[in-house]
Amino acid sequence: MTCREFADFMIDYLSGELPSANRVRFDDHLRACQNCQRYLKAYEHSVRLGQCAFGDLDAAVPAEVPEALVQAILVARRPQG
Amino acid sequence: MSTGRTERRSGTRSSREVATQTQAAGASAVDDQALVAALKADEEWAFETMVRLHGGRLLAVARRFMQNEHDAQDVLQSAYLSAFRALADFEGACQLSTWLHRIVVNTALMRIRSRRRKPEESIETLLPAFQEDGHHAEQFSDWTASADLLLERAELRALVRNCIDELPEIYRVVLLLRDIEEMSTQEVADVLGLTATAVKVRLHRARQALLTLLRREYAPPLMTTV
Repeated sequence: MTCREFADFMIDYLSGELPSANRVRFDDHLRACQNCQRYLKAYEHSVRLGQCAFGDLDAAVPAEVPEALVQAILVARRPQG
Repeated sequence: MSTGRTERRSGTRSSREVATQTQAAGASAVDDQALVAALKADEEWAFETMVRLHGGRLLAVARRFMQNEHDAQDVLQSAYLSAFRALADFEGACQLSTWLHRIVVNTALMRIRSRRRKPEESIETLLPAFQEDGHHAEQFSDWTASADLLLERAELRALVRNCIDELPEIYRVVLLLRDIEEMSTQEVADVLGLTATAVKVRLHRARQALLTLLRREYAPPLMTTV
């Protein structure tokens, strides 16, 4: 398996969807190629960085809905006239 | 994902009881079934309760997609109005929060499609390069431990969000739906009108591109290439 193939298979490998035959080849390459070990680790970490990056927004949320927005939504719901 | 069925009782509690419960116990304790019944009965307090209970978390979802506060609030308002109109069709097959989340996501996606903020950029330059023999064209260093430390700083989490914002739109959306909103591949395929295979391809490219952007923007002291 080449590094290019390895990179193509990473998403299925991480989701457990890589067929067994390819998984054996994938694992063999992973053991032998330090550069792909680092790339795979960085790939996984990028996913986690993305998930953690929105922590600020989520944590602050419940108390943060502007009152004007709440009122605008409720007013817009009411029948006109 | 829980459907909330185990907490349901036969019959419907009074609106006053639900309102009191909401104030006393907080959002998590409100019974979906009773609230939905009050909503369908067109009780004003129930609409306000639904907005206050779920609005904050839904606004955060809208912010992730829309990238600016004005558009996010606009999406939230539109989504709630859509939800109000569709209440008669809500049958309780999922939690109210799940149903509202889907409406916000759909509203945001429609807004994104309609605005066409800029010509779609190619993602090719953000994907890993390979030599003719299939080896990587560059060497990677291990920067993950340093990145863990950086995440503890709010401004650097913002920088990661900026990297996500730089992704071409069709890839950014798939990354948000799968990795941030944690929708399944099939759910994303359904909401975007794509095949599951296409979603996986886009997600993989989006993740690879994000990795490249993180290295490009913040790596010099952390992630080096040879």
